[in-house]
Amino acid sequence: MKVCYSVNGKKKEFEIKAGEVLLDVLRRNGYFEVKGNCYMGTCGACTVLIDGLPYTSCTMLAAKVDGSEITTIKGIGTLQKPHPLQKAFVEKGAVQCGFCTPGIILVAYALLKNNPDPTDDDIKKMLDGNLCRCTGYVQQIEAVKLAAKMLKKGDE
Amino acid sequence: MKDFKHIGTSTDKIDALSLATGQSMFVDDISFPNMLHVKFLYSSYAHAIIEDIDTTLAEKHPGVEMVLTYKNTSRVIHTTAGQGWPEPSPYDTYMFNKKMRYIGDRVAAVAAETEEIAREALKLIKVQYKVLPAVLDMEDAMKDGAPIIHDEPEIKGAYDIKHNLAAHILVKVGDVEKGFAESDVVVEDTFEVPYAQHCPIEPHVTITYLDEYGRIVIRTSTQVPFHVRRIVAQVLDIPVQKIRVIKPRIGGGFGVKQEIILEDVCAYITMKTGKPARALFTREEEFVSSRTRHQMKVNVKIGAKKDGIFNAIRMYVLSNTGAYGTHALTVASNAGSKTLPLYNKAPNVEYIADVVYTNLPIAGAYRGYGATQGYACLEQVVDEVAHKLELTPLEIRKKNHIKSGETSPIFRALGEGREGVTQYMQSCALDELIEKGAKEIGWFEKYGKKTRNGSKVRGIGMSIHMQGSGIPLVDMGAATLKMNEDASFNLMYGGTDLGTGLDTIVTQIVAETLGIKPEQVIVYAADTDLTPFDVGAYASSGTFISGGAVLRAAMKIREQIFEVAKEIFGEYDERDFVLEDGKVTSKKTGKSVTLSEIAYQTLYVKNQHQIAATGSMVSPYSPPPFAAHFVEIEVDEETGIITPIKYVTAVDCGTPLNPELVRGQIIGALVNGLSYALSEEYKFTDSGRMVSSNFMEYRIPSTRDIPEIVPIVVRTYEPTGPYGAKSVAEININGPIPAIGNALYDALGVRVHKVPYIPERVLEAIRSKK
Ligand code: FES
Ligand code: FES
Repeated sequence: MKVCYSVNGKKKEFEIKAGEVLLDVLRRNGYFEVKGNCYMGTCGACTVLIDGLPYTSCTMLAAKVDGSEITTIKGIGTLQKPHPLQKAFVEKGAVQCGFCTPGIILVAYALLKNNPDPTDDDIKKMLDGNLCRCTGYVQQIEAVKLAAKMLKKGDE
Repeated sequence: MKDFKHIGTSTDKIDALSLATGQSMFVDDISFPNMLHVKFLYSSYAHAIIEDIDTTLAEKHPGVEMVLTYKNTSRVIHTTAGQGWPEPSPYDTYMFNKKMRYIGDRVAAVAAETEEIAREALKLIKVQYKVLPAVLDMEDAMKDGAPIIHDEPEIKGAYDIKHNLAAHILVKVGDVEKGFAESDVVVEDTFEVPYAQHCPIEPHVTITYLDEYGRIVIRTSTQVPFHVRRIVAQVLDIPVQKIRVIKPRIGGGFGVKQEIILEDVCAYITMKTGKPARALFTREEEFVSSRTRHQMKVNVKIGAKKDGIFNAIRMYVLSNTGAYGTHALTVASNAGSKTLPLYNKAPNVEYIADVVYTNLPIAGAYRGYGATQGYACLEQVVDEVAHKLELTPLEIRKKNHIKSGETSPIFRALGEGREGVTQYMQSCALDELIEKGAKEIGWFEKYGKKTRNGSKVRGIGMSIHMQGSGIPLVDMGAATLKMNEDASFNLMYGGTDLGTGLDTIVTQIVAETLGIKPEQVIVYAADTDLTPFDVGAYASSGTFISGGAVLRAAMKIREQIFEVAKEIFGEYDERDFVLEDGKVTSKKTGKSVTLSEIAYQTLYVKNQHQIAATGSMVSPYSPPPFAAHFVEIEVDEETGIITPIKYVTAVDCGTPLNPELVRGQIIGALVNGLSYALSEEYKFTDSGRMVSSNFMEYRIPSTRDIPEIVPIVVRTYEPTGPYGAKSVAEININGPIPAIGNALYDALGVRVHKVPYIPERVLEAIRSKK
């Protein structure tokens, strides 16, 4: 069966198998920036934005989001023109192995869209579903706050 | 303190932006046409013999390329432990075998066109087991008449297979019995530290393929690329030369990837079929069939004189290596060798360890490497001694801990599965760590106060620790540098960055030594074809061993640059030269030449040669980093829930080469240790099946679980390390179990003798006190 998504602003058709989850469709089509492994919605590494909201793509049926706009980490910034969140994660040492990073940044991105001035608690609550075994989270919480500041200053 | 330009600054991690923008390539981020996908069939019995296995249907299943079992694979006994050669772990493993030793042991593998086909084909394999009695308990395993787990004749290097002993250690200094008899107080206690898993968010994954010359390329998520090459060559019985191992970006390791698990199977499939092969563990497989921390029961007995000075220490460790003996001996060695030297005042010390096989998942290397388990007990018993003598936990430690200029006989008596190397402490800030940490947590205001709020009681506790920096006279790393026209340098080194930031640290070392910017260093790491050897990332060897190798290579380059400058300047004494800001300047004549000019001259103009050098690092030293941990907890007497409120860790790792990365290692290890103390737990059924094999049941921390964390870094200078540095990756995982245990005692006067400190156990301890 065929579905159509706009991924990072580009419309494309995808051939999907019955019951296939979005994570597998994306990776099969070369969107390797979407990580993930637990397939239970428990680690958050596979997070993408679907019409602007963060979802774990491992639990999302590919067929269900036909017609949606999907944003991966590559959709919010690039090596040449990184998003403030990406810059802040680098500056604050919030990236160690980086396997969890795309998911965490995308969740933080959605958070800052709705709440440009989050408290520590807001950030902790929002990032609660994204596991990171390397950092201990302190740096990531700092990075989200730094990015919020950068965004306010218009550093987009 | 010396003045540095790049050392001690928080240079951005060189791969961070690439990772944060999704550019970086992990093992699984490539795909080949015709790639085979590998899935495994596992034993459903804890102890059994496969009487027959019928793979006919599976082989006929459309899309299946091959099915691997003991019947059609090479039978080479080896260890999967990614250690230096000769490995100190017993040879007790085959790629596939008839004998099944735990639920999760490898029965067969299917290589097929897709993962789904491979999974379907697994169901078509018919296995006839002869079920044997299993042994799941450590003490039972050692008894006469217990089922013998390793009864195959080829096994090599295990201590006493009739009693399921993979290893045994006995080390004596002085006479402990006499020491206890002559002590004024003697305290003894036992703590049990459980199975645990590293939980890298990227699990084990390997992709193999043939290059255009028919050599096998292994792209794998490993901490030990060179050991992978050597051991795969051994298992497949092909020359090392036929194999290339590449480590791309790795999604965390923490010890679990110091192991050859998928590489041999994928390489075998590629060798037999000529096709690329890919194996990726599921989270469940990662829990059950990769590696774990050694479960241990640790008993410590300390005798002390009235003044608080320790007179005798005995530690007995019973360690569970599970079905196979990977790291069995060395993890047990470290439970003593990385803990006992801390209290070097005791003239009488005895360390005994028994490491048993059981029919449970396989233990291996895990951050802390035995020291975590040793400290869990030692640091609580030290508190118990203090209480008996009416000393404070701070006083007793200050009286007994090792200091600069001192040594301990344990360094020599107990090494990595063999005799060790004598170490004198050249940098040790323990007193300052204790002082600063105590102040930050508010020790003097809070200790013993048991502040209460309804059913919730506050308590504070502390512990001190040491680890090491690489394995002395064993671990070796090497690095090659070469110069380019624009004064950039290619650095090829074997060091293995798992996300720790080692690749960044080494650019700082090169930049500092050669007077350039870290951005001018192009790092290429951990590729057995293109980089020199390195044992890999384990035993806190990154900064000290790999970093030391890079420093040595850079020092040689410096010499070569000066040689050319001498010619250009017409001068003879390099002591007049300064290498700074991308140029060599003579203080004597004021003459100056840029590094780029030197590169052009040597590559194109005169006396042409490549400025390049290789440095190797092996050291008789393994300078320990030190840490003092302090925690304030709140424990609810009604629910038994322990909540850490604030955690302070004061750390001496010599010169922090990159403070931000040091902070990352400190907090990362600490948070891992916190959940090991409080929530992480392997649950087994009576038949030995691990049932908490997902993140819902096996709780690793998320943002909401972390207390306020205050890392304090006290800078010292370690003369044997690169720019004064010691390694820092492991040490901070060791504190939470004893520090929280001591805080619990401060709050409620009870101890929980089995980790993790889950509410039921806390409540039970409260009940039995009443
Ligand atoms: S892979 Fe989707 S949440 Fe873990
Ligand atoms: S940085 Fe490694 S899992 Fe988060």
